[in-house]
Amino acid sequence: MNLNESGWKPEMMQYDGDAPATHTGNRALMLEEALIFEIGDAHSTGIDFEGLPLSFKQEGRAEQANRLGSLARARAIGLPGLSEPETIRHYTRLSRQNYAIDLGFFPLGSCTMKHNPRLNEKIARMKGFADIHPLAPTSTTQGALTVIYELAHWLVTLTGMEAVAMSPKAGAHGELCGILAIRAALEARGDARAVILVPESAHGTNPATAAFAGYAVENIPATPEGRVNLGALSARLGPDVAGVMITNPNTCGLFERDMKAISDLVHAAGAFVYCDGANFNAIVGRVRPGDLGIDAMHINLHKTFSTPHGGGGPGSGPVVLSKALAPFAPLPFVEKRNGVFELIEEEGAGETQSFGRMVAFHGQMGMFTRALAYILSHGADGLRQVAEDAVLNANYVLRSLEDVLDAPFAASGPCMHEALFSDNGLAEGFSTLDIAKGLIDEGYHPMTVYFPLVVHGAMLIEPTETESKATLDQFIGAMRSVAGRAKAGDESLKSAPHFAPRRRLDETLAARKPVLVWKEPELALAAE
Amino acid sequence: MNRYFTVEHEWIEVDGESATVGITDYAQSQLGDIVFVEVPSANTAVSKGGDAAVVESVKAASDVYAPVSGTVTQGNAALEGDPALVNTDPEGAGWFFKLRLSDPGELDGLMNAAAYQAFVEGL
Amino acid sequence: MRYLPLTQPDRTAMLAAIGATNIDDLFVDVPIEARLTAAIAELPLHQSEMAVERHFSALARQNMAASHHPFFLGAGAYKHHIPASVDHLIQRGEFLTAYTPYQPEIAQGTLQMLFEFQTQVARLFGCDVANASMYDGSTACWEAVGMAGRISKRKKALISSGLHPHYVSVCKTMAKYTGDTLDTALPCFEATDSARLIDMIDSETSCVVVQYPDILGRIEDMTAMAAKCHEAGALLIAVVTEPVALGALKSPGEMGADIVVGEGQSIGVGLQFGGPYVGLFACKEKFVRQMPGRLCGETIDAEGKRGFVLTLSTREQHIRREKATSNICTNSGLCALAFSIHMTLLGECGLRELAHINHATACAAANRLAEIPGVSVINEHFFNEFTLKLPTEARPVVRALADRKILGGVSLGRLYPDNGELERGLVVAVTEVVTPDDVEAFATALQEILS
Repeated sequence: MNLNESGWKPEMMQYDGDAPATHTGNRALMLEEALIFEIGDAHSTGIDFEGLPLSFKQEGRAEQANRLGSLARARAIGLPGLSEPETIRHYTRLSRQNYAIDLGFFPLGSCTMKHNPRLNEKIARMKGFADIHPLAPTSTTQGALTVIYELAHWLVTLTGMEAVAMSPKAGAHGELCGILAIRAALEARGDARAVILVPESAHGTNPATAAFAGYAVENIPATPEGRVNLGALSARLGPDVAGVMITNPNTCGLFERDMKAISDLVHAAGAFVYCDGANFNAIVGRVRPGDLGIDAMHINLHKTFSTPHGGGGPGSGPVVLSKALAPFAPLPFVEKRNGVFELIEEEGAGETQSFGRMVAFHGQMGMFTRALAYILSHGADGLRQVAEDAVLNANYVLRSLEDVLDAPFAASGPCMHEALFSDNGLAEGFSTLDIAKGLIDEGYHPMTVYFPLVVHGAMLIEPTETESKATLDQFIGAMRSVAGRAKAGDESLKSAPHFAPRRRLDETLAARKPVLVWKEPELALAAE
Repeated sequence: MNRYFTVEHEWIEVDGESATVGITDYAQSQLGDIVFVEVPSANTAVSKGGDAAVVESVKAASDVYAPVSGTVTQGNAALEGDPALVNTDPEGAGWFFKLRLSDPGELDGLMNAAAYQAFVEGL
Repeated sequence: MRYLPLTQPDRTAMLAAIGATNIDDLFVDVPIEARLTAAIAELPLHQSEMAVERHFSALARQNMAASHHPFFLGAGAYKHHIPASVDHLIQRGEFLTAYTPYQPEIAQGTLQMLFEFQTQVARLFGCDVANASMYDGSTACWEAVGMAGRISKRKKALISSGLHPHYVSVCKTMAKYTGDTLDTALPCFEATDSARLIDMIDSETSCVVVQYPDILGRIEDMTAMAAKCHEAGALLIAVVTEPVALGALKSPGEMGADIVVGEGQSIGVGLQFGGPYVGLFACKEKFVRQMPGRLCGETIDAEGKRGFVLTLSTREQHIRREKATSNICTNSGLCALAFSIHMTLLGECGLRELAHINHATACAAANRLAEIPGVSVINEHFFNEFTLKLPTEARPVVRALADRKILGGVSLGRLYPDNGELERGLVVAVTEVVTPDDVEAFATALQEILS
């Protein structure tokens, strides 16, 4: 008989000690990857060029072809190259060290990490959108201008506003747009005002934006139930206040019940209301900010309208404007004249009192196509369902966790699209950070931590509408377990994450001795 | 006694017309690992309660106020290369700046060590 | 609705668990008069994937794609061939659907990529350090002016007439509100205004902003400008809107620029009708703490393994609030990734070769176009973009060329409306995608239109 010549006898595991260290440092599918500067070199490339066509060669031969003058590069740049297979492997390996929505639940409060539909990617890549130049004659870009116009129409209608500025590149850039419009409107009536009021629970971008636009910033306190203190706001309003910046729903996850009253007070004082629209996902299709007296609000297309976050941008932050601010919108903008779309790029054109240009060209077209595809897919009915499901999911999380984690505003009524917890009640020495890192081991991206600042050790959970009940139930189970460990003082939590590609990273070292670019080891040593 | 404390957690050690300023041990423990300190340069005029220096941990940046008015005579250059001194020796080698007092009377409203201790315990 | 996983039974069960009778209970804090009771009637209802795709396909067909026609537009956005692997890699969900790397243990992919990107940008620009990217070149340019103001503690910026007019406009918009004074001028065909700028630098000058190559494609040594700036305690800011040029040209850092910013679109990122693009921002190491934007830095983890984190974040808005160096919150991460992948595929030799091909092709095109009666090339020196002076206003010529399915450059009349002689200028960019047939078609059509 044949006695198993290859010797292959499958066995189950026998060894039950600790996992051995590996020679490579890899752990099976968890692969370490060096830097391109360590694996590439100046002679490798992943691109084959066509030689110059003969006619160009003849034209461009030798001296008369060189029009660089004395500025031709003499020194090497120091750029490593890789062949195509090496390149694919390098970035594929890096990608696998990232958490992402495509992998799992990503409940980052205030960031609206919802599913990014792939139809949107396909559409953004159509040659007719992806491969057109911003300064091409408008007769050759009518379809693209139509996209901008259609999206603008949706945004204006969904928010009940007068106009929309499409060019801002991101949420904070949109805030700047809104504040500059306010400033331009005030200056146009000869009313110089110096102060912008910002609630203390605001995103950091709000005060930074106001300061960037030349305003002094003053804080408005919150009520114990987590909303803007109307009395304090009212007391501070006066002829020096240009505007207030309010986030609604706010960063505590609550709807500002008094929003209309706030707007009326602000308007009566001759000032304007800026609304941070970061949390528009909670109310799209159910509330129009225009009905609440808002004068300007940015919309993060990368939040409410699902354009991908891309590891930190690009975003897109169109700003809807009230009738009072619309004339001051930035350049350029799209207008339809006699059935033809035109791009208004010049100051002084038509009736506009535009405050000017904020950016080269006309905004994040690649995000416009994606956002409009998302909007058309949902329609007016689907978008309303989005807000309802987002709010339902958040309340489900809030009520499923409030017995194990301190929820400072749980008694204030239902939350909107996000649920806020604090570190109150954790064991001595245990913090929000430990819970976050424990969640990483459980396979989740942590919630937003230490924001808003009005709550100690804040944990802000935003599930979004694109998560199923089963996903939420599983997360709630994991959160209850991790919170339980933090309350019981389980020391193993202090050293979490245990199973991520890296353990806790030394941020103090990184900040004390910043290493921001790679240097050849001998140079790095010499620099010490 | 020639060391005083403020409610903003600065200490000031007075020697005749000049004084040394830093932040308290309690302050550094609340801030965590200090990664950067910006101290005023000599001849900078500072006024009581006004911004005088900046201290940064990884996740926070705090202004350090002048406990009294005066003219800075020296910033602590050692903090530039070794900001951790603020953690390891906040009330000694981790001092921020020295100044010449313009109004010694301003010291009157400040706390002594025992009063500051009681103040911190009450926080 | 295909993107919403909750079923009706789920919703019912969840409402019961919350203790709400219906969804309206969760919106009780909205004042009654502001509640919408049904879907907004004037907007259409949801559509299938097929219907949405059909709508966009029809709109896309109305546009003239650069790849399908002889194409010569530049002026801040350039058409280069992008290798297929770039778009494949940036569509990996782990990059595409990740957030800003605030939890570094599970974001090493994005962080390491940013560290590599920062190094590539710093080296390309000849600077010590670079940040993790900005919105685009124009906003990076204003941020640089603001940064120079913080460093020099001065408020007067001298802006070269060769700076892209949109960039100038962005700076003007912002300067109105920050109290900075900008000295600006229109370009002229005969010469740059470098000599004038050098003369103007004084003890109140915060910075000089120079584009390289400039809006008309001209290239100039900025060593003397840098020396004069430094003598006066001012900073030299160089702006690069076509980074491929630096494969053939000396970097601004080599010539003494203190801050170098740019538009990274031309490497890895498509034209996309103007955005999203990627702002590049690099400077001397001593200015790091005054830089805007995110920075990625190297560190170690608790086991001593190398890793990367966002660092020096106390400069930023989420900590510093109104005292931040900028209000910027995002960068342009995915575009930075595309830039970095394309640059890795090119490598040193690839970028040098690409630049060589661009320059040789542009030289050939310039020679051919200059043969047209009445047309002259104003540039003595250029990289892949030059300016033609036509015997007539260029803007209608560009439209007439488009009618003949040729995208023949950017007219200066569009960039500088109503400015006399400038209206005869046509900025022509010639990259590696241009073929001899394209040049011939362009030259022939241009000659016909002008005659």
